[in-house]
Amino acid sequence: MNIPSNIITLIIGIALTLISLWYGQNHGLLPVAASEEAAQVDGIFNFMMTIATGLFLLIEGVLIYSIFKFRKRPGDRTDGPAIEGNVPLEILWTAIPTVIVLVLSIYSFEVYNNMGGLDPMASHDMGHKMAHQSTDLPSSEPVALALNSDNQKIALGLGASPGEQSQEPPLQVNVNAIQYAWIFTYPDTGIVSGELHVPVGQPVQLNISAGDVLHAFWVPQLRIKQDAIPGRDAQLTFTATRDGKYPVICAELCGAYHGGMKTFLYVQTPDEYNQWQQDNTLAQNDDLDKAVAVNSANLSDGEYLAPYAQEMGIDSNALEQLHAQHHLMVSNQ
Amino acid sequence: MTTSAQTIAHTKPSEHKQRKWQDYFTFNTDHKVIGIQYFVASFLFFFIGGAFAEVMRTELATPDPDFVSPEFYNQLLTMHGTTMIFLWIVPAGAAFANFLIPLMIGAEDMAFPRLNAVAFWMFPIGGILLMSSFFVGAPQAGWTSYPPLSLVAGKWGEEIWILSLLIAGTSSILGAINFLTTILRMRMPDMDLHSMPLFCWAMMATSILILLSTPVLAAALILLSFDLLAGTSFFNPTGGGDPVVYQHMFWFYSHPAVYIMILPFFGVISEILPVHSRKPIFGYRAIAYSSLAICFLGLIVWAHHMFTSGTPGWLRMFFMAATMLIAVPTGIKVFSWCATIWGGKLSLNTPMLFAIGFLSSFLIGGLTGVMVASVPFDIHVHDTYFVVGHFHYVLFGGSAFSLFAGFYHWFPKMTGRMINETLGKLHFALTFIGLNLTFMPMHELGLLGMNRRVALYDVSFQPLNVLSTVGAYVMAVSTLPFVINVLWSLFKGEKAGRNPWHALTLEWQTSSPPIIENFEEEPILWSGPYDYGIDTEAEEEEETVAQILAEVGSESR
Amino acid sequence: MQGSALNESQIALNYHKNTETTTPHGAHHDHRLFGLVLFLIAESAIFLGLFTAFLIYRSVLPVWPPEGTPELELLLPGINTIILISSSFVMHKGQDAIKKNDVKGLQLWFAITAIMGAIFLVGQLYEYFHLEFGLKTNLFASAFYVLTGFHGLHVTFGLLLILAVLLRSRKKDHYSQESFFGVEAAELYWHFVDVVWIVLFTLVYLL
Ligand code: HEA
Ligand code: HEA
Ligand code: CUA
Ligand SMILES: [Cu+2]
Repeated sequence: MNIPSNIITLIIGIALTLISLWYGQNHGLLPVAASEEAAQVDGIFNFMMTIATGLFLLIEGVLIYSIFKFRKRPGDRTDGPAIEGNVPLEILWTAIPTVIVLVLSIYSFEVYNNMGGLDPMASHDMGHKMAHQSTDLPSSEPVALALNSDNQKIALGLGASPGEQSQEPPLQVNVNAIQYAWIFTYPDTGIVSGELHVPVGQPVQLNISAGDVLHAFWVPQLRIKQDAIPGRDAQLTFTATRDGKYPVICAELCGAYHGGMKTFLYVQTPDEYNQWQQDNTLAQNDDLDKAVAVNSANLSDGEYLAPYAQEMGIDSNALEQLHAQHHLMVSNQ
Repeated sequence: MTTSAQTIAHTKPSEHKQRKWQDYFTFNTDHKVIGIQYFVASFLFFFIGGAFAEVMRTELATPDPDFVSPEFYNQLLTMHGTTMIFLWIVPAGAAFANFLIPLMIGAEDMAFPRLNAVAFWMFPIGGILLMSSFFVGAPQAGWTSYPPLSLVAGKWGEEIWILSLLIAGTSSILGAINFLTTILRMRMPDMDLHSMPLFCWAMMATSILILLSTPVLAAALILLSFDLLAGTSFFNPTGGGDPVVYQHMFWFYSHPAVYIMILPFFGVISEILPVHSRKPIFGYRAIAYSSLAICFLGLIVWAHHMFTSGTPGWLRMFFMAATMLIAVPTGIKVFSWCATIWGGKLSLNTPMLFAIGFLSSFLIGGLTGVMVASVPFDIHVHDTYFVVGHFHYVLFGGSAFSLFAGFYHWFPKMTGRMINETLGKLHFALTFIGLNLTFMPMHELGLLGMNRRVALYDVSFQPLNVLSTVGAYVMAVSTLPFVINVLWSLFKGEKAGRNPWHALTLEWQTSSPPIIENFEEEPILWSGPYDYGIDTEAEEEEETVAQILAEVGSESR
Repeated sequence: MQGSALNESQIALNYHKNTETTTPHGAHHDHRLFGLVLFLIAESAIFLGLFTAFLIYRSVLPVWPPEGTPELELLLPGINTIILISSSFVMHKGQDAIKKNDVKGLQLWFAITAIMGAIFLVGQLYEYFHLEFGLKTNLFASAFYVLTGFHGLHVTFGLLLILAVLLRSRKKDHYSQESFFGVEAAELYWHFVDVVWIVLFTLVYLL
């Protein structure tokens, strides 16, 4: 290998590094980050983008350079130099990637740990939460018993971050995923909703379960995702830092209308959140009869929906939505 | 197997010296016939799988499920993934292996020719069976077929999917037994493991992976079948089962499967680059051993597909680290290939263009692969179009590009005719542009929040999706010059001599196409497989050079 | 095209040279055993997959076997196990015999092995019919039937191999001191089935 060992190499090297560093920070590929965890994930992505850009430019550069520089000239019928290897060089390009992936592993571990991925305590309360929930939602009853969650030492998903464990207890929300809807239950207030409302700045713990097939809870702006697995409990903990309305997406194929299984996460100021809480607690009590009445009067399969409607006491809008989805599901079977 | 002593007698149609076209439609035990049968059959399935993809892309041009119903969309995507993987890339790897291994090691056929033919014929049977599922409602749970969805969405389509995969899997196990036995036991006397072409090393690693992992898929499918038909509940939570167990078993096969789909093509690239760069391969042993390293690591990283599923935190960490380590042996290969090109005398013909195209696009797929291996990041992009982008870069940009490179490279050997270079380059250009146009925007889509396997998506994603769809159409068009080229060259192409590329591996020592038992006389190992540049006049006169090489070769060994 | 310039007699010659140098039962014999070993490695991987699944269920479920699963009777399967294991030794005597060119001996020992294998299968079926749980009773029951059933299929196949050897050994000189691949293959397969049973028995009955 005749490496052009001179200033040009140096300049190219510096340029490559600078471009990579710049692009790693300014690729602009990610959506807004609405939580601290998200910012950390972005950090690791930017880091990986930096390395990837460098490697990309290096190797594509070598290829493009070779195409022009080492093209066989017309009439030349000779072979290239018989170079069969170069041990120092080979050691170098074994060592560098090794170091890179080690650093990357450690960095990822750090971030993951910060996000609460290794929180072993989380599983303990979970068993009880599950029991509570399965009485809420008849649909999840048969499956919730399948695996004894107390038996699992470690929670699936993300628990409390190491620094946060001593802080205020997180807001609990039980998330049940069914074809093709999300149902959020707030055990503290008894609110059942088709949308997720959380106050900004407060830790939230989602206890995720599935009623029929696999689903996955995903909020891109929070950068967090966890499968909802029938028969197993999982959780996600996060602290939203930026108010707004973000999509909640189902990321695991769950049937024909998997793409339509969407709702929204509202990150609200404490005032807004309290307001919402009050409105809904009221609605829950007052509108219950009405909701069910509407339900059974107009809908042929009201029987099926009744249990949901009762618990959710949802505004007719959400009910409509659920019903539509249910229809899709039925016609689909 | 018990009858292979007699098969030798059957493979001896000494009446005719060339195969007749009819032979290609029969149960023929000649490895070259089988190789070509694999090629043709797998490419037919490629067109079918590609057509599915085009329908999917057309649907995805608009946010609403308007072109096909969401249900049919799911059937298409399941069939697309299954077809491309099990009926195109994997059998195409077997096609190269069948055609090349015996020629490269100077044997006259595979170790078990009849078993070989059985293995081949299982594959189109399995494929046709899979296609027939459209009559009963094709499977629609994705190529991963995760229960419980796969247990509730269309019973018979799913069962057909299972059966055809079992057939295809058995076929590839039988093939692997053959490759491994042939490589290890039937090399010509002078050839030790380290003077074997790198393609054989790659096939060795591939075959080991097939032998160890495919059976586990079979086990998973058998259990899934019981759940589906007999109503047991291995994977069905309603009866106390656990869907996550299926995921482990599935990925214990399907992660190695991705290396089953790339390793043979790594081998192909290692063959092509030295020939068209007129330089020895850089770091023979490093490339050879890194295949084995990938093979080993490939067996212990499967749960990186389950980072957001039922995998506890500390396990996610282990699988993350192991996965990232694969970048090291793969990097060794990539760097060695670049060093092979560096300073060479490149002929930028079609095979070489595809090989360089492979390097440049596989790199992108590999880099995104390492990104998704990072757990915190994968939690964000798992099951999104970012992953779809990753695996199309490694599968299309990697496996498929090198498949085309190998196809153009050995086309003269297989048919005795040269390919048309202009059409070949057109094919390359269109494919390369189409590839990047189709799959590059997918990364961004995934990061922004577009999940995969959806027929309906948020309006804000439309512009990038349209770009991707246009790219897919470009790729569809790119197959035109390819098909025309192959058909035209087959009949009208310039005659290729024994060794149009002046290559040194053994397959080029015999006629094109090779005679029935491969070599007129015992082939002689003139030189190592990549001893280019030992004599600078290499291309002038083959015969004398060969002798010189023989001397040099024996000295250097 | 140099290749096509070759005439047929040359190819024919080439062929003859090859068959003469490689004795039909020399080199190829070896390949076949090698191939069989590879095949058995693949087979072990299937069983390993199934066993691992079984072990995962065992460790994940709080109660194993799930409540209400009747105790498995150990006597009959125990006897069955002993029969199967001893049949491997009996079978080996068959191979010893043929190594001494004793076809009659081969037939005798293999016939005994076949009978032992058949007893095992009948015993297994008997057990199936007298068990108190069915395929769908619970996860343990399903696993029990699938594992033993899949193994039983292998026993059946091994039995067929033995019968094939017996049938072929009736042809004069089919097996001899030099050439007894069929015998070896059947035996290797049978040992494999045996070893799998030992693991399976330990997992399902004893643990
Ligand atoms: C040919 C097929 C192929 C190949 C070769 C690869 C190669 C790799 N893949 Fe990929 N992968 C798939 C096919 C393939 N993959 C498929 C089909 C899926 C999706 C399945 C599904 O869900 O449907 C998938 C999904 C997938 C996932 C799961 C993502 C998810 O679902 O969330 C992960 C996670 O770790 C992963 C990682 C990797 C890694 C680390 C490599 C590595 O082997 C890549 C190594 C290569 C390089 C890194 C480039 C060259 C190296 C250098 C230049 C050295 C220097 C580099 C560094 C130091 C970084 N792949
Ligand atoms: C080797 C594997 C391979 C290859 C080559 C391809 C090739 C292509 N794939 Fe992919 N793909 C997968 C493997 C592969 N794919 C897998 C495993 C999945 C996951 C499935 C799952 O989620 O379960 C997937 C999923 C997948 C998706 C995501 C679907 C979803 O999640 O909703 C998309 C979307 O755009 C896509 C597009 C394409 C396109 C446009 C091509 C193009 O490159 C295709 C180009 C080829 C052609 C265009 C053929 C040309 C021929 C004709 C058009 C002529 C037709 C003529 C006749 C029928 C006579 N594929
Ligand atoms: Cu629920 Cu996808
Ligand atoms: Cu993988």
